[in-house]
Amino acid sequence: MGGTLKNLTHLDRLEAESMHIMREVVADAERPVMLYSVGKDSAVMLHLAMKAFYPSKPPFPLLHVDTTWKFKEMIEFRDRRATETGLELLVHSNQEGIDEGIGPFSHGSALHTDVMKTAALKQALDKYKFDIAFGGARRDEEKSRAKERICSFRTAEHRWDPKNQRPELWNLYNTRIRQGESIRVFPLSNWTELDIWQYIRREGIDIVPLYYSAKRPVVEWEGTQIMVDDDRVPEELRKTAVEKSVRFRTLGCYPLTGAVESEADTLEEIIQEMLLTKSSERQGRVIDRDQSGSMEKKKQEGYF
Amino acid sequence: MSDQNSLLETDIRGYLEAHENKSLLRFITCGSVDDGKSTLIGRMLYDSKMIFEDQLDALESDSKRVGTQGENIDFALLVDGLTAEREQGITIDVAYRFFSTDKRKFIVADTPGHVQYTRNMATGASTADLAILLIDARRGVLEQTRRHAFIASSLGIRKLVLAINKMDLQNYEQSVFDDIESDFIEFAEELATGIEIQAIPMSALEGTNITTKSDKTPWYDGPSLMEYLETVPVDDDRLNAPFRLPVQYVNRPNLDFRGFSGQIPSGSVKVGDRVKTLPSAKETTVTRILSGDQDVQEAMAGESVTVCFADEVDTSRGDLICTAESPAQVADQFQARIFWMADDKMLPGRRYLMKIGSKTVTAQVNETKYRIEMSDLQDRPARDLSLNEVGVCTLSLDQAIPFDPYNEIRETGGFILIDRLNNNTVGMGMIDFALRRAGNIHWQSVDVNKEAHSAQKNQKPAVLWFTGLSGSGKSTIANALQKRLYSIDRHTYLLDGDNVRHGLNRDLGFTDADRVENIRRVSEVSKLMVDAGLITLVSFISPFRSERRMARNMVEDGEFVEVFVNTPLNVAEERDVKGLYKRAREGKIKNFTGIDSPYEPPTEPEIEIDTTKVSADEAAEIIVDWMKERGMLG
Ligand SMILES: Nc1nc2c(ncn2[C@@H]2O[C@H](COP(=O)(O)OP(=O)(O)OP(=O)(O)O)[C@@H](O)[C@H]2O)c(=O)[nH]1
Ligand SMILES: [Mg+2]
Repeated sequence: MGGTLKNLTHLDRLEAESMHIMREVVADAERPVMLYSVGKDSAVMLHLAMKAFYPSKPPFPLLHVDTTWKFKEMIEFRDRRATETGLELLVHSNQEGIDEGIGPFSHGSALHTDVMKTAALKQALDKYKFDIAFGGARRDEEKSRAKERICSFRTAEHRWDPKNQRPELWNLYNTRIRQGESIRVFPLSNWTELDIWQYIRREGIDIVPLYYSAKRPVVEWEGTQIMVDDDRVPEELRKTAVEKSVRFRTLGCYPLTGAVESEADTLEEIIQEMLLTKSSERQGRVIDRDQSGSMEKKKQEGYF
Repeated sequence: MSDQNSLLETDIRGYLEAHENKSLLRFITCGSVDDGKSTLIGRMLYDSKMIFEDQLDALESDSKRVGTQGENIDFALLVDGLTAEREQGITIDVAYRFFSTDKRKFIVADTPGHVQYTRNMATGASTADLAILLIDARRGVLEQTRRHAFIASSLGIRKLVLAINKMDLQNYEQSVFDDIESDFIEFAEELATGIEIQAIPMSALEGTNITTKSDKTPWYDGPSLMEYLETVPVDDDRLNAPFRLPVQYVNRPNLDFRGFSGQIPSGSVKVGDRVKTLPSAKETTVTRILSGDQDVQEAMAGESVTVCFADEVDTSRGDLICTAESPAQVADQFQARIFWMADDKMLPGRRYLMKIGSKTVTAQVNETKYRIEMSDLQDRPARDLSLNEVGVCTLSLDQAIPFDPYNEIRETGGFILIDRLNNNTVGMGMIDFALRRAGNIHWQSVDVNKEAHSAQKNQKPAVLWFTGLSGSGKSTIANALQKRLYSIDRHTYLLDGDNVRHGLNRDLGFTDADRVENIRRVSEVSKLMVDAGLITLVSFISPFRSERRMARNMVEDGEFVEVFVNTPLNVAEERDVKGLYKRAREGKIKNFTGIDSPYEPPTEPEIEIDTTKVSADEAAEIIVDWMKERGMLG
């Protein structure tokens, strides 16, 4: 035996592992949900879910926490993908935050993220009583993520206790929880940024066009080039806008997502640029750039 | 990456073709505290250019701030990502890092060296193909080195790199290296058979023999660490083992399609193959194999697939599809090696949930045959297992399950044990073989003791001791609590001053001596009830501290919960529900607590209820929450 069969490549093995995780967790869950952030990792996660449950549809809805500051193209893409896949799409925004007019320009990135993202996510999970939430986080993104289990346990207050994680052995996942507690599940834990791009290329997965370079109006804000996606960018800033060939390595709220100058408008060029670049993907995220350990703190507080 | 760099710049497509088809090697670093595991991984990431400039800047500033290397870079900080780890300079939990070279992609788990965190080391080892065991050249083979070698080999890791590190501090002396190597090899002979050992002298700090061979060790003629990792064959024994597929999920979108999904742990399967599903033992033929949304003719170990059958064979989640030629065994009693991972001991007689493959059943440890002392591999007598101990045990299940011995197929022979009350993963196990039913080990033969009683009731037995003045609200709260517990299917009994005094303690009055005897009898009764696995509510004025202490001492630590129903005398007297205070004030009742007999309030009650602030139902809820937080209600 064995001779006729090809060896599994690293992408094959990662794909099989992610599908295994999703099926396993869903089989025991009461109310699972997939957190769909519209980015490339979410695109891969959704693609894997479609495969894992084929010919059925994935037995869970998609949840998008909309901070109301996402790129317009993300929202269009999100709605289109929901229609194409036929999956239920839940969109939640923090109404109190909207009522108080919270936004990154007026309140700063930290408060905005706390209210419109972290608090909003907790609200949504509580509202729908989801016990299992799939997220697209990868261990290569950040040092405290590198420490997190695939099935990461949260208390009823959505807290993560990094010093007291359940052992996770082989591919056996213990998803038993008590009322009110929940589990964040990261099927892409073992993927790297490069794996994600290679897989997108291999499978022909659709991604938001913002990842590809194009002429876009950008301004300099808090040391980062950001795109003028709508006229909520303060007037005086908007006046300084210039058209540049830019693209984005990660996608989030447009004022918090740094653009990189680039001519890469094919997948191959994106990958090439990524491999030749000397800075990490998260550098583009304004929120991560404070002192070390900040991500761990945020996660203990319930940030995804 | 160097060779490929030009390709990367000039022919990205060619580069991607080459890199899409790399193989994957998963390994861990392990060994004793401070031997340099995290430093080594940091060094490998650094040398394979997996660190971006912004990360390097952060590393340099972190190294100066919290590093252990003065002004120099402390590579361990690349891996030790938790705040507590950076503060203490140690690793607490496994970190997974990724890097790749031209030949392979690597997933490496950096595991902690501290004994206290051994279970986290096992978490990392359970998915690894290879282990790098680090040794500090100044200290040689230590107890923890042996412990980790034992765990890695028990889990089935057959490739071991003995990284003799910090050679820079030993002037790269060959004799130091030789002594440690032979020392370890002597020990390793007692480990499982078939383990390949490659010893490499190195300095993680200076980067010696990591990527390339160094001229600092001219006497060493083996490969550098990277050369070894890139070329070591990870021969897939699993492909040659018989076909298995644990059913995770029954896929049934409509009446025309019925498929069984899972990841294949071993062997391969073709359309047309005869298979048998266990435990039902029905045979059928595979008609379709779906890999994702594609129909394929054949699938093999490692792939996640969905298969369809020719016949309607009753198959559900937890069942095992096997090749009909060589199916798995089915049994409900086993001998297994168990590695215990919880602070609470593993106790024979207690029931746990056991998850094996996609199946979850109830399991009970019948007997611990012996414990294996990991540092010398000798057997020691044992009855139970404590945190981080390994033992050989017999287990009974509440139903028969399909399995293979762990040594033959990891995924169908490895299991975890889950605590039924707090849901934690408390142990991992590896099945050695099935026991025949005829033996005297039997589900029923186990003593029906407190453990068994409480496991059956899915709760931790306890005495909730309500103390407080007459009319303070003890019985009202205790009754509300009892109703609340009953509604969530918990088993309780309420011992109340009034009902006990009419029967069991009919002969007792209210003198100090009688009060003491009254409490002694009630304590004895509540102890019996705790043995029966009940949550026992005791509602007695119990005015004296010493008697309450006596009651506390009768049961095990943590089983006694003193609930102080704190109602000030004037409030209780004002309420005077039973008219007793009035009569006591009139001198018609003697020795009345609070009037002419003292009440000693608890100094450190587990729970204190201020009845002037909360209602009886709210008080009951507070107590339920308190119990839940402590895992007493499952
Ligand atoms: N001189 C010298 N020092 C080293 C070498 N490797 C590691 N060290 C130092 O040894 C200390 C411990 O290194 P770590 O990498 O944190 O050790 P560890 O094995 O990961 O420790 P735990 O994970 O806590 O068990 C640090 O101060 C390192 O800088 C080496 O090859 N030579
Ligand atoms: Mg370490």
